[in-house]
This record gives sequence, structure tokens and C-alpha cells, in this order.
Amino acid sequence: MFVLQPLEAFVTSKIYPDAASALKGLTRDGMTVMAGGFGLCGIPENLIVALRDSGAKDLTVIGNNVGCDEHGMWLVLANNQIKKVLASYVGENKILESRYMKGEIEVEFNPQGTLAERIRAGGAGIPAFYTRTGYGTKVAEGKETRQFNGEWYVMETGLTADVALVKAWKGDAAGNLIYRKTARNFNPMIATAGKVTIAEVEELVPVGALPPDQIHTPGIFVKRIIQGKDYVKHIERRTTRPRGSK
Amino acid sequence: MAWNRDQMAARAAKELRDGFYVNLGIGIPTLVANMIPEGMEVTLQSENGMLGMGAFPYEGEEDADLINAGKQTITELPKSVYFSSADSFGMIRGGHINLSILGGMQVSEKGDLANWMVPGKMIKGMGGAMDLVAGVPKVVVVMDHCEKGGDSKFKKDCSLPLTGKGVVDLLITELGVFEIDRKGSGAKLIELAEGVTLDEIKAKTEANFTVAL
Repeated sequence: MFVLQPLEAFVTSKIYPDAASALKGLTRDGMTVMAGGFGLCGIPENLIVALRDSGAKDLTVIGNNVGCDEHGMWLVLANNQIKKVLASYVGENKILESRYMKGEIEVEFNPQGTLAERIRAGGAGIPAFYTRTGYGTKVAEGKETRQFNGEWYVMETGLTADVALVKAWKGDAAGNLIYRKTARNFNPMIATAGKVTIAEVEELVPVGALPPDQIHTPGIFVKRIIQGKDYVKHIERRTTRPRGSK
Repeated sequence: MAWNRDQMAARAAKELRDGFYVNLGIGIPTLVANMIPEGMEVTLQSENGMLGMGAFPYEGEEDADLINAGKQTITELPKSVYFSSADSFGMIRGGHINLSILGGMQVSEKGDLANWMVPGKMIKGMGGAMDLVAGVPKVVVVMDHCEKGGDSKFKKDCSLPLTGKGVVDLLITELGVFEIDRKGSGAKLIELAEGVTLDEIKAKTEANFTVAL
């Protein structure tokens, strides 16, 4: 019987009952973790809580931000689990600010596009690339520079992680993912750059329910997937206009 | 007399052209979004991963999955499209965005820009600013002409760490407008704000510039 349904046997193995079980056996002190999201938009809320509860420490965390006060990756930071951060912007985060000023945490600032491309490159098996971004600035210090067609470029290296955590809107048992609006942000690249990538989704659907032409992340990149729950989706800056205005 | 924030934004809006894809930074540059001339088609990019940024939502219609690069809730337009941050910076680095309007802490007469860190103070990070100035063919900086203490922010050389070297094409302050040559052949004063005299702007500017009013 199972010979007739090999796909089913394969796909069910990617589904885990919850975030804690999905992280089980993967966390260890000193590991590198990537997490998707821009600010608090599109962050893997369930998996971040599970990472905190795992207690793994001396983590290197790669992502555009490190959460903000009380939310997201801040929870892991506040629990003293982070040794080093690679990010492009770390504002609105008082604990990070105070630890950084005291030299208790290492922060490597990356231009946002360079960070995005380093992760994309890492996931695509590209060890390094050249970019104009940051040439002549502190970001280029100590890095190889090279001229192409009369312009100067800085060499940047690809990034990978032991575990990559991403959040999608919909996903299926094969690990195929579809993101929603600007919650996509860093998630698609991060999904490709983990030795093990875990996805949490708002809606876990059967294989075949997602239109193949509209899948953003092919399931090959996703090793484990969970149905997320209790999404807060905190908004950092709620801006509105009066009704009746243009 | 000098320009106020809205007048500075209105001057920056004069750099818009029909069909342009534009990235606006935080602060005064954001105001440019409200000043797109009637009948002109301009598409705003948000570097987290969206083209075709719409207005703020009506109260009660905010969507946590729909924010701009300043993390404000926004809305979509019929022409809107979403993509990853890698694709977004591909557009930026690849020169596909026509115009970037952003704020500054210091600009030099060579077109260097500093706007991301003050040594000894908390560094929040450069976000996408370094990519924008490195990749967008036309870069307009809108900033106050002087520090609160009166020091000129338009300098011979930036004293703060750079965001980009030789990247600024146009500088708009409350006192006037300077054209800057990225290749280093110098800055040129091309406009004075209403009620501002040449003597006043000369007295308040450290950078060398020629006058082409």
C-alpha cells in the first residue's frame, strides 16, 4: 500500500505538531540562527518563542532586525541567549542598545541590500560577490575591493545558518510556501540558507491546494513545517488617515 | 525667512518625472509622496519589498502584513506588487529605481553623504541607505543647512562616517539648492529659498561652491 503512496509517506514527515517539537534536536549553544521578518512584520512568532524556551545560548542571530522592545527576537535577547547579531537596523530595542554600548554583545551592521544578498548567495551556493554598496565607507574596511568597468566594488561573502526560521501565510505538507504582502521580506532568502529550515504558517493546507505557479518558496528548502498559532502580529507604527479623505 | 519642511519637500518633488520609480526616505522625504503633481505617474518603492505604495489605511483597516520601510501601516494600489527584500535591493543596486530622496546628517562638496552614525552614540544601523545611494542613478538629499549649534552641515569633507562616497547629485536645505558633481568637480548653488540672500547662505556654508543662480 505504501508503495502506491510514496509522496504521502514523504510529505507527512515534514509536519511537526508544534514549534517546540520542530526545534527539538536542532538547538545547541553557539549555533547560528537566521530568522525572517522586517521589524515585526513576517516574523516567525511561534518558533522564536520555542527558540527562547530551548535555552540555547551564545547564539549568532542573523536577520534584518533583532525584534523591538517586548517583541520578536527581543525575547531571545532578553533571555541572554545572543552573543552576536548581524543586522541592518537595531533601533527601538533598549536591551540591545544598553548591551551594545557596554560591549556585552557584538553587532555587525550590514547594509540591508548587502544582508539580503549575502543570505541569497549563501543559500544559492555562492561564496562571495561584489557590490558597489558601502565602497569608501566603514563597511568596506578590511574587505577586498576590485574595479570592474571603471567602478569600485566591495567583496561580500555569502551567509548560511545552522537553523533558519521563516514565517509564511500558507504552506503545504511538502514545505511549499506562499507569503502575504510585505510579510515576505527576508523570508524567501532565509528559507534557502539554513542547514535545516523550519517554516511556520498561518494555514497549513494539503498538498495540491497551492497553485504551483504561485508558490514563492519551493518545498525543497523547507525541512520542517508547523501550523502556527496565536499570532499577535504587533504593529510598530500604526498610521491611518481620516475616513472620507483621499 | 527660509523654506519650511513642506516647502523643502515641494522643492524635492520638482525632481519627479512622469513614469519614475522613486524611493523616499524617512522624515521630510516622506512628505514628497503628497506632492506628486496631478496627472504625473510616479510609483513609490518601499525597500522592504513593495512597488506601488498607497496612502495610510483608514482607521480599523490597518494590516500588520502591509508596512513600509519606516514600519508604518500603508495600503496597496491596483498596480502594487510585492517581492522579497533581495529582489527589492536588486532593483535598487541594479539602477532600476530612478530617484532616491533621503535625509542627511552631513554632505560634502564632493557629494559624500553621512547619515547613519555618530561615533560614541548608539548606532542603530544604516538600513537600506548605503544600497540606495550606491545604486540609484539620481540621489537627492534634503536636510537642515546647519546643526542646532550653528555649524554648517554642507562641508568640505564629512567628519562623520560615510554612507556613500561621491553619491549626492542635489542638496536641498531650507536656504537653497546645490547641484553637486559626483566626480568631484564641485558644487554649484542653483537656487535661493525665498527671502534668503547670497551673503547669508555663504556665511552659513563650509563647503566651497560656485554660484549659478
